[in-house]
Amino acid sequence: MKNNRYITAFRRFMDGEVSFEPKVKETEVRRESNHKEKSIAERYAVWHDRNSYKLFKRAYVAIGCLIATCIIATLLLTVSYLPPYGEAGNPVNNEVTERYIEKGMEETGAVNIVAGVILDYRAFDTFGESCVLFVASCSVMMLMRKGKKGKEENLGNYNPKRDPVLKQLAMVLVPFNLMLGIYVVFNGHLSPGGGFSGGAIMGASLILFSSAYGYRRVRPVITEKLIKIITFVSLTFYALAKGYSFFTGANHLHSIIKPGIPGRIMSAGIILPLNIAVGFVVTMTMYSFYALFTKEEI
Amino acid sequence: MPFIANFTFFCILITMFGGVLTSMLGGKWAFRINTVIVAATLVLNGALLIFLIGEPQYFTFMMGHYPAPWGNEIRFGPLEALLATVFSFVTLCSLISGKEEIFHDVKPRNVHYYYIMINLLLASLFALIYTNDLFTAYVFVEINTIAACAIVMAKESGKTLAATLRYLIMSLLGSGLFLLSVVLTYGITGQLLMVPAHDAFQRIFATGQYQIPLTIILGLICVAMAIKSALYPFHTWLSHAHGSATTASSAILSGLVLKGYIIMLIKIIVRVIGLEVVVELKALNILFVMAVLAMIIGSIDAIRENHIKRMIAFSSVAQMGYIYMGIGLGNMAGLIAACFHIIVHAITKPMLFSSAGGLASASGHKKDFASLKGAAYRNPLAAAAFLIGSLSMIGIPFFAGFGAKYYLSMAAIGMGAKMWVALFALAVSTVLNAIYYIRVISIIFSKTEGEVVERHKNAPSYTFAMTVFIIVNVLLGLFYQPVMDVITVGMGLL
Repeated sequence: MKNNRYITAFRRFMDGEVSFEPKVKETEVRRESNHKEKSIAERYAVWHDRNSYKLFKRAYVAIGCLIATCIIATLLLTVSYLPPYGEAGNPVNNEVTERYIEKGMEETGAVNIVAGVILDYRAFDTFGESCVLFVASCSVMMLMRKGKKGKEENLGNYNPKRDPVLKQLAMVLVPFNLMLGIYVVFNGHLSPGGGFSGGAIMGASLILFSSAYGYRRVRPVITEKLIKIITFVSLTFYALAKGYSFFTGANHLHSIIKPGIPGRIMSAGIILPLNIAVGFVVTMTMYSFYALFTKEEI
Repeated sequence: MPFIANFTFFCILITMFGGVLTSMLGGKWAFRINTVIVAATLVLNGALLIFLIGEPQYFTFMMGHYPAPWGNEIRFGPLEALLATVFSFVTLCSLISGKEEIFHDVKPRNVHYYYIMINLLLASLFALIYTNDLFTAYVFVEINTIAACAIVMAKESGKTLAATLRYLIMSLLGSGLFLLSVVLTYGITGQLLMVPAHDAFQRIFATGQYQIPLTIILGLICVAMAIKSALYPFHTWLSHAHGSATTASSAILSGLVLKGYIIMLIKIIVRVIGLEVVVELKALNILFVMAVLAMIIGSIDAIRENHIKRMIAFSSVAQMGYIYMGIGLGNMAGLIAACFHIIVHAITKPMLFSSAGGLASASGHKKDFASLKGAAYRNPLAAAAFLIGSLSMIGIPFFAGFGAKYYLSMAAIGMGAKMWVALFALAVSTVLNAIYYIRVISIIFSKTEGEVVERHKNAPSYTFAMTVFIIVNVLLGLFYQPVMDVITVGMGLL
């Protein structure tokens, strides 16, 4: 009964007993066969067992390189067809950039056009960006936070806190760095800079301090709770302030936010407080990344 | 502009703010606040949908004080409102039904992080549906990527970490390609907002200047979205990520996250580049071929699986193939059918995942077929949901999947060679779907003799969510014409 075999096989399949997982090959048994002359099939099988993984890896790398080269070539080709950089007649020099440059200062009150664009014209994108930082730091906390206290002592080579050169340098550099960061954040609407760059500078100085003097000196001040609260307050402020601005803008309502006199520190509407909020979020994200990746806690 | 048009903006804002707020709460409160927020978005989107069905029109909502080419904008009509309503509904039901498993699988001190991710994921999906700006779309694609990886990772086992890593790499590749295409678009059009970019693209296509960058942009967008939504050759990350995550994550990932990108692709095809231009450039033919392969190979992979959640995940690969086939047909009817299938799949697949979770928790949290034998008697509600979901996925009449397959085949008619390929693939794929779904049904309904059946006690939240899921699925299967009408009207206005 030939049919029976198929029917049983089908029954077993329907009962979920058939497994399609690859079976482990019994290579050892095959090699010990008593034949003096191995058939081609057997020799192929032995060769296949020995070399297939190596060959697969090589082929994988080769095909990967080939595909990557093709993509690089295509993209380079595309670049050669793009409009040349910096020409007056390029498509990017249209009414959009014209208004940003000519009316930007008048409409947003920010001398720094970039700050005006990212925090006023296209503020929704920037809110998204700060949420990207927030969500990234949350997922790192979720993954890396182990809650083991006192792991710092076991860091070995990664812990440079007893290095006198680093300590002396950090003592000089950290205050100035922090000042620079604060300056860059507070003058974001007047000069190049803003929340993202200033926040990065402040975060870097915190990292420098904690790597020079150890976490024990930082931990009493910057706790996980503080980071959470600062991020929460900054993002809530951003959401409320911009929510108000979006709402009034879309419904053509009167907004109490005024551009002010360009060039003054208290001008440019809410760009200054927004820059501070973004700066705090960036600082805290940078520091928490560093802390979590080196010692798995804050 | 009527006040109701603000509702979309409120939805995005409260979900994003909800994510920020949840970071300050404990696990239990995070769950409660999250449920309230998702329910609120459901109400807001539902109200907007009802309003827009009454008066079909498109609203443009300025995000700030500056109009179209200068400031950010969201733009929405009946289609977007319908999709957003479905998305809020599915998120709500998946979270409520998967609550027990979330608290079982995720470490207690990480539970509130899980809800942060869910909130931001939902916000990013709303933003992807509603946005009228390519760069905003990219920003929210970033949020979506990180949050989606995080909800896979939340169940911290070795398998999920490996799956997350794979998902993260593939997903970032997709984001990178999408960013490149946005940059190139800005380079040749000088616009980032969709409607002004559309005019610029029409001009470029008419003059024949920048023809090669235009083709490359289209190719990059198609590949990026195909990677993100697991179209056939890029589907390798899907089965692991969806198969090993906690049930609510699997439901949301395969029901919604994959769809967000497809909706984005449809919007880019119709609203940014223009359907005629896309058809002219032949990009859709490649999508069509990959879709047909996905329909068949995804189903074969599902037949070979012995793990219920991975099987459902492979079935998603095949279903993505259906949606991409609708897009690949290159006519309006195909896009409308694809949108309908997005809704059908978004409602059915999370129900299947949730019911598989229920069956598994009735069998000692084991998900291989041998352990699931007779699970239907231990958890009849989950089994009923699974039965309805699989009949719908196979495409039995009176279930939602039938409507989708019917409209897909109707859209294929008159498309020349594509018609025959599409009809053949639909037929083969339906048979293959039937093989693996009926197999699981027969396994869960076959009792070993002499076995004493112990009823698994479902949590009230699970019972409630599954009942709602079943009712909505049956209703969608019986009355799909109104949904179709909304999609047709919305697509015409897109």
